[in-house]
Amino acid sequence: MILARIIGTVVATRKDPRLEGKKLLVCQPINPKGEDEKGYVIAVDTVHAGFRERVLVVAGSSARMASGCKDTPVDAAIVGIVDQISRDSD
Amino acid sequence: MFLGKVIGNVVCSVKDEALTGKKLMLVDRLPNGPTVVAIDAVGAGAGETVYFCRGKEASFAFLPDEIPTEATIVAIVDTIYAEGE
Repeated sequence: MILARIIGTVVATRKDPRLEGKKLLVCQPINPKGEDEKGYVIAVDTVHAGFRERVLVVAGSSARMASGCKDTPVDAAIVGIVDQISRDSD
Repeated sequence: MFLGKVIGNVVCSVKDEALTGKKLMLVDRLPNGPTVVAIDAVGAGAGETVYFCRGKEASFAFLPDEIPTEATIVAIVDTIYAEGE
């Protein structure tokens, strides 16, 4: 799983019927310090995350195990809203 | 599977129901890979060298529960022996 920050939303009218009602968010991967990493990922929101929140994104086939994603064409899902990141070096 | 070093933890109060009660650890892939968030299945602690598995197999550590995870710490490493070192 990776840490990410929500930087936008995606709207799609024509899509797989199994994706109807699912919120698609643009996530920017971040490192534990909160700095941006390369790339982005579009993830299905399962925890009602909001703009600029730090979240936990699960990618790959395990994303389908997130609630409401069973048997859907999803390979990235937001499964948690991060409250706190503790690093031992801090 | 990969070797990693536990460098911290992550706290989420709003999360997938299946993740309730699971410890989320920050793990640096050794020797100098990216940092990932992994669920702890063995009670690993800060600074420990562990090995973790990635992908769908990561959720098999919690069978029969279906946990949405793609990285799970499955062992705490005691020693590593590699030829030439």
